Amino acid sequence: MNAPDDRNGAMLLELVDVSVSYGPVRALNEISLGVRKGEVVAVMGPNGAGKSTVLKAVMGLAPVVGGAVIWRGRPLAAATHEIVKQGIAFVPQGRRVFTHLTIQENLEMGCLYLNDHAEKQRRLQTVLDLFPVLHQKRRDLASQMSGGQQQMLALGRGLMAGPDVLLLDEPTLGLAPIVVKEVFANVAKISHTLETTIMVVEHNIKGVLDIVDRAYVLNMGRVVHDGTPDSIRETDILTRVFLGKVDGEP
Amino acid sequence: MTALARRAFQPGELRRRAAAGDVKLWASLLILVWAAVFMIWQGLGFAISIGSVFAIWAILAVSLNLVVGYAGLLSVGHIGFFGIGAYAAAILTSNASYEQLRTEAIPTFAWPFFAALPVSIALVGVAAVVVGVVLNRFRDDIYVLVSFGFAIIAFNVFLNGRGLTRGAFGVHQIARPAIGGWELTGELEFLILLLVFLALTVAVSWLIVTSSFGRVLTAIREDEQAIEVFGYRATHYKLAIWVISAMLAGLAGALFASWTSFIDPNSFILLESVLLVSIVILGGLASIWGSLLGAMAFVLLEEGMRFLPFLPAEYVGQARQAVLGILLVLLMLFRPQGLVGRYRL
Repeated sequence: MNAPDDRNGAMLLELVDVSVSYGPVRALNEISLGVRKGEVVAVMGPNGAGKSTVLKAVMGLAPVVGGAVIWRGRPLAAATHEIVKQGIAFVPQGRRVFTHLTIQENLEMGCLYLNDHAEKQRRLQTVLDLFPVLHQKRRDLASQMSGGQQQMLALGRGLMAGPDVLLLDEPTLGLAPIVVKEVFANVAKISHTLETTIMVVEHNIKGVLDIVDRAYVLNMGRVVHDGTPDSIRETDILTRVFLGKVDGEP
Repeated sequence: MTALARRAFQPGELRRRAAAGDVKLWASLLILVWAAVFMIWQGLGFAISIGSVFAIWAILAVSLNLVVGYAGLLSVGHIGFFGIGAYAAAILTSNASYEQLRTEAIPTFAWPFFAALPVSIALVGVAAVVVGVVLNRFRDDIYVLVSFGFAIIAFNVFLNGRGLTRGAFGVHQIARPAIGGWELTGELEFLILLLVFLALTVAVSWLIVTSSFGRVLTAIREDEQAIEVFGYRATHYKLAIWVISAMLAGLAGALFASWTSFIDPNSFILLESVLLVSIVILGGLASIWGSLLGAMAFVLLEEGMRFLPFLPAEYVGQARQAVLGILLVLLMLFRPQGLVGRYRL
C-alpha cells in the first residue's frame, strides 16, 4: 500500500450522520464514515446492511433525509451528473458496461464531457497501459468480453474520469474465485500506480481485507465497527454480524 | 466511412457473407431486387411515384429511428410532427387569391416553398421542445402512452382548428417549390428534390449516430442511470434527439404537403404513426440502412398489393394492414431485431 502524507489527516470524502430512507424503510441511520487521501477503505456487511446505499448517497442516487456528504471539507450538493466532474467516479454494481459499444468507446464514455482531446488521449493511454488486455481488445464489443474483463473495463471507465476518489460497488459480484483475485489485484494496482483514493463496498471479506487500509463494518444501516484489517481480524465482529448476533447498535 | 464499414462492403467480404447465409445481406438484396423488378415491370411513371412515396416514408423512418432505435424511446406520436410540418408549410405557402374563393378561408402568407420550409421545421422544433419536456418526465410504457396522447391531440387540433387548418375540408392547392422562376411541377423533378432531402436526412442522422453524441444516446438506451453517473444529463440528450427527430419529421411533412398539394387530418391519423413504427421495427432498430429498407419494403408491399389478381380493389387497403400486421408478428417471433437492426424492441 502506498502511504501518502496525509493518510492520518482530514477526510477527503466523508459522510456525517447521513440517513437514507426509501419510503418507510430506513436504509442508513445517521451513519458516519469517510476516506482520507490515498487510502483504500472497505465498507462491509451482510445483505441489506446498507453498503451500496452508502455509495449511492454520495452519488445522489439515494434519497438522503438527514446528515451531509462532505467533499474536501464542504457539503457535496451537486446533482448526480455533476459529481464526476468534481473528482468522484462511481463504478456501479454489476459492471454495467455498454455492451453495444466497443471497449475503447466504453472507456471514452468515462470522460466524453471533457473538451481537452489531448487529456482524453492521455487518460486512455494510462488505462490501456494499466490493463493490457483492454488494449489488445479495444476494438471488440464489450459484450464479447468475459465477466472479469468487463469488470476491468468498468474500472478503467471509472478511471477515465480522472477521479480523486473511486467508488467501487461490489466489484467481485458474480465472478469466479480466480477472477475475484484478479479484480482485487487490479484495485491494489490502481491504488499503487495512480495513487487514487478508493472506497470499495464488498461482500468478499477475506479478499478485500488483504488490500485495504481500513474497513467499516455495517449492520442494519449503522456502522458497528471500524478499524484496520488486522484489528477486524482480531475480533469476532464479522462472524457476529453475518450470523445475526449484532443488531444495529454500535 | 469507418474502416469497419469499408471492410464490410469489400466484394470478397460480401461474397463471404452471402455464402454464410447472412440474413442482413440477403434481406437487403431481396428488397433491392424486388424494388428494381417492380419498377421495371410497372414503368417509369410508376417508379417515380413509388420513389416519391418511399422518400417521404424513408425520411420519417430514419428520423423516428433516431428516437426509437438509438435512444430507446418508443414514440407513437411522430405523426403529429409530420402533420405540424405539413400544415405549417401549407398555410405559409397558401395562396390568398385562391383562399378568397373558399367559404372557410385560412390565413394566407403566399411565401415561396423554400422560405416556408425552414420556418415550418422551426415551428415543429418549438412544438417538439414543449412535448419533449413533458415526455421526459416519463419512461417505458407511460412514455408510449403519453406519445400516443400527443398523436391524438395533434389529430384533433388538425380536425377542429378550422380557422387554421380548415378541418375536415383540408388545405388545397399547396404550392410546389420553385427555384428562381423554375417551378418543380414535374413528378421526376420533385422526386429528385425528395431524394436530395432524403440524402441530407441520412447524412445528418449518420453524423449524429457516429458522433460522441450518438454514442451517449446508445448508452442511454442501455443504461440511463449509468450514464448520469458518468456526468451526462440524460434528459438533455433525450430532449435534443427528440427535437432533431421531430424537425426531420416536419421536413417530411412539408415535402409531403407540397408533393400531394392537398392535406387533411386523415393523412395524420394514429394508424399512420403505428405504420411508421412498424417500418422502423421491420427495417431494424438503430440502423439507418434498416429504416431505408423498411420504408422500401413497406412501399413495395403497399403498392404491390394493388396488382394481386385475386384481391378485389375494395379490400386492398385492409389487406395491406393485415399483411403488415402478420409480418410484424412473424418478425417478433423469429427476428425481433428486424431485418438489419442492432437491438430487439
